[in-house]
Amino acid sequence: MANELNQLPDRGGPAQPLLIVNGLTKHFPVGSLLSGGKQLVRAVDGLSLTVAKQETLGIVGESGCGKSTASRLIMSLIEPTAGEVIFDGEVVGSRGGLPLKDYRRQVQMVFQDSYASLNPRLTIEESIAYGPKVHGIPHAKAVERANDLLEAVGLIPAQFARRFPHELSGGQRQRVNIARALALHPRMLILDEPVSALDKSVEAQVLNLLLDLKAQFGLTYLFISHDLNVVEHVADRVLVMYLGRVAEIGPVADIFGAPAHPYTTALLASRPSMDPRRRRTEPPLKGDPPNPINPPSGCRFRTRCSLARALCAAETPALSSSDSQHAVACHAATPGSGYAQSERMVA
Amino acid sequence: MNETVSQTRTGDYLVRARDLNVAFVSREATVNAVNGIDLDLAFGEVLCILGESGSGKSVTLRALMRLNPKGKTVMSGELSVAGHDMMALPDSMLTSVRGREVSMIFQEPMTALDPVFTIGRQIGETIVRHEGISRREAEQRALDLLELVQIPSAKRRLSAYPHELSGGLRQRAMIAMAISCRPKLLLADEPTTALDATVQIQILLLLRRLQQELGMGVIFVTHDLGVAGEIADRIAVMYAGRMVEQASVTDFITRPLHPYAQGLMGATVHSGMRGHRLTTIPGSPPDLRLPISGCAFAARCPHVVNACRAALPPFRHPEPGRAVRCVRFEEAA
Repeated sequence: MANELNQLPDRGGPAQPLLIVNGLTKHFPVGSLLSGGKQLVRAVDGLSLTVAKQETLGIVGESGCGKSTASRLIMSLIEPTAGEVIFDGEVVGSRGGLPLKDYRRQVQMVFQDSYASLNPRLTIEESIAYGPKVHGIPHAKAVERANDLLEAVGLIPAQFARRFPHELSGGQRQRVNIARALALHPRMLILDEPVSALDKSVEAQVLNLLLDLKAQFGLTYLFISHDLNVVEHVADRVLVMYLGRVAEIGPVADIFGAPAHPYTTALLASRPSMDPRRRRTEPPLKGDPPNPINPPSGCRFRTRCSLARALCAAETPALSSSDSQHAVACHAATPGSGYAQSERMVA
Repeated sequence: MNETVSQTRTGDYLVRARDLNVAFVSREATVNAVNGIDLDLAFGEVLCILGESGSGKSVTLRALMRLNPKGKTVMSGELSVAGHDMMALPDSMLTSVRGREVSMIFQEPMTALDPVFTIGRQIGETIVRHEGISRREAEQRALDLLELVQIPSAKRRLSAYPHELSGGLRQRAMIAMAISCRPKLLLADEPTTALDATVQIQILLLLRRLQQELGMGVIFVTHDLGVAGEIADRIAVMYAGRMVEQASVTDFITRPLHPYAQGLMGATVHSGMRGHRLTTIPGSPPDLRLPISGCAFAARCPHVVNACRAALPPFRHPEPGRAVRCVRFEEAA
C-alpha cells in the first residue's frame, strides 16, 4: 500500500461531467402499523443533474424540498429507490462500475452541524487523520497530513491539533470539518448548508476559505443552501428544488437576473430588502410548502402559484429549456404546453 | 446618565433600563452576559437588537421579563417595564405582568408550545388566567385571534395540536397567544430564524401589521441585518454584552458608525457581491468569564489605538438620535 494519497487523475477529460445524476428518487415509507404503513414521503422524485469539472452547482429550496436527501443520495449514504449516480464516467456502486470506497475517496461531505459531525472523543488531529488511515496511510504520515490541512484552513496546528471539538468555536469546528473532508484529496465536496449555523462575520471567513480552497485544489462543489445570497455569491449554476423536484436550473446570472419559474421569482422576492425605504406590504407567497406525503397532482407548486390553471393540476410539467443551459419545469413558461388555452383556476 | 440617546421622564417610556447588568453565576465561573446597558423604548416603537451569538441580546430580552433562570442570575441596575419596577417586583406579581402587559415569542415554536394541549386551549388559558372570563368565551376569543393572525380554516385549527401544524402556522399560533391580552410590549427572540424564506417574510409582515393595529411596542432580537431592515424603527447593536451603537434604521443601514457594525455589514453577503472577496472581522468575540477593560472590540478592530484599551469609551452623539460607543468613529467612517 502506498504511504501517500494523491488526488486521483482525471479520466474522462474536461468535457466529461464530473458528476451525472439520472432520475434519482427516494421514497420513504411512513405511518404506523395501525395506519397500514402505506404512505410514502416522496422526498426526491426523479432528480437529474450534471456538474462539470471545477464548477460549483448551488442547490436551493425550502425545508422539505429534498435538498438534503439529495445530497445523501449522491454521497451514497442512503439507498435510492431508483436512479443512478455517475462519477467521471463510471456508475457508482454497481458491478463493473466505481466501487464505493474509491468513490468516497473522491467525494467528501461537509454538514451543517459542525459539532455533531465530529467525534467528541477524538482530538481534531485524530479526526482529520482518521480517513487517510482507513485508506492505508501510516499513522505518522496521516498526522502530518492533518497538520498541513489545519494550516490550509487557517488553524495553527501547534495551537489546535490536540484540542477536542468542544474546545473550539463553531467557525473553528467548521474549518476542521472542511480540513477532514480534504484529507483524502477528493475531487468534489458536497457542502450541505456549511455556513448556515455560523454567525455572519464567521460565515464570511468560511465562504472566503471555501473559495480559496476550491482554486488551490481544483475542486468541484455541490453547494446546498437555503440562503439565496450565499448561493449567488459562490455558485456558477443554480438548481431550484420544490417538493422533491427540480423547478428550474440554470447559470447563476439567469436564475437571479431572469428567473423563469414563478417559485424562483417568489423565492427571490422573499429576501429581506435591507432597505427600509423599500419595504414590501404583501408577501410574495402565501402559506407554507405542502406536506411531501401527499404532494399536489401535476405541478407541485400549483397550490401556491398565482399563475396556476387547470393544466397545472392535470399534467406534470417537464423540465424544458429554451437554451441548453437554462431549463424550467413550468407550463406557463413553456411555449406550446397548452397553458394559454387552459382554463383559469378559481381560487 | 448622559449616555443615552434621549432623556425623558420614565412615564413617557414603555421600557427604560439604566446600567442594566446580568451575570450568570455558577461554581466554576461568573459569566458577565450583559454589562451596563441603557435602553429606552417609546410606546408603539419597534426596536431591533442586533448581535451575534453570545452578544447578550437574548439575555437582555429575557431580563426585561425576568425570565433568566432564578438562583443563577444576578441582575443589577434600574429596569422599568410598562410602569413596573422589574427589579423590585415580587415574584407573585410577575405572573400578572407576563402575558398581560408584556409577552414574548420565541425562535422555535415547537418547543415553546405545549405538545399535549390543543392550540385553542393554550391561547384560551392565557385569556382565562388574566381576564377571568369563562372557558367558552375564551374559546371564541381564541378563534378571533387565529383569524387575526391569518390562520386559514381557523375553526378547525383550534382543536389541532402543535405537531399537526406547519412551522409557519405554529409561529402564527404563538403570536396569537402572545397578543391575546393586548400587551403593551411584545418581545420577539429571533421569531423567524427557523422559518423558510417565503414564510419568514409573511411572519415579518404580519408582525408589522399587528404592531401598527394594536399599537404595541416591540423589541425584536435578531442576528440578521435584512430582517432588522424589514421591521425596525430603530436599531441597537450589541457586542460582548454591551451596546455599541444605536440609530434609526435608515441611518444605520446607510451608514453604520461603529467599526464592529461596519464589519458586520461588510461580512453580510448581499446581492451583487459575486467575484468580490467578503470582508471579514478577524478573530472571535472575547470570553465573557474574564473581565474586559476598555472597548471589548479593541482586539479585532482595524482602527484600534491605546485609548481604546485603557478605558471603556463613552457613548458619543454625532447626530441627534444616534449614539456610538467608539472614540475613533470619525476616523472609522
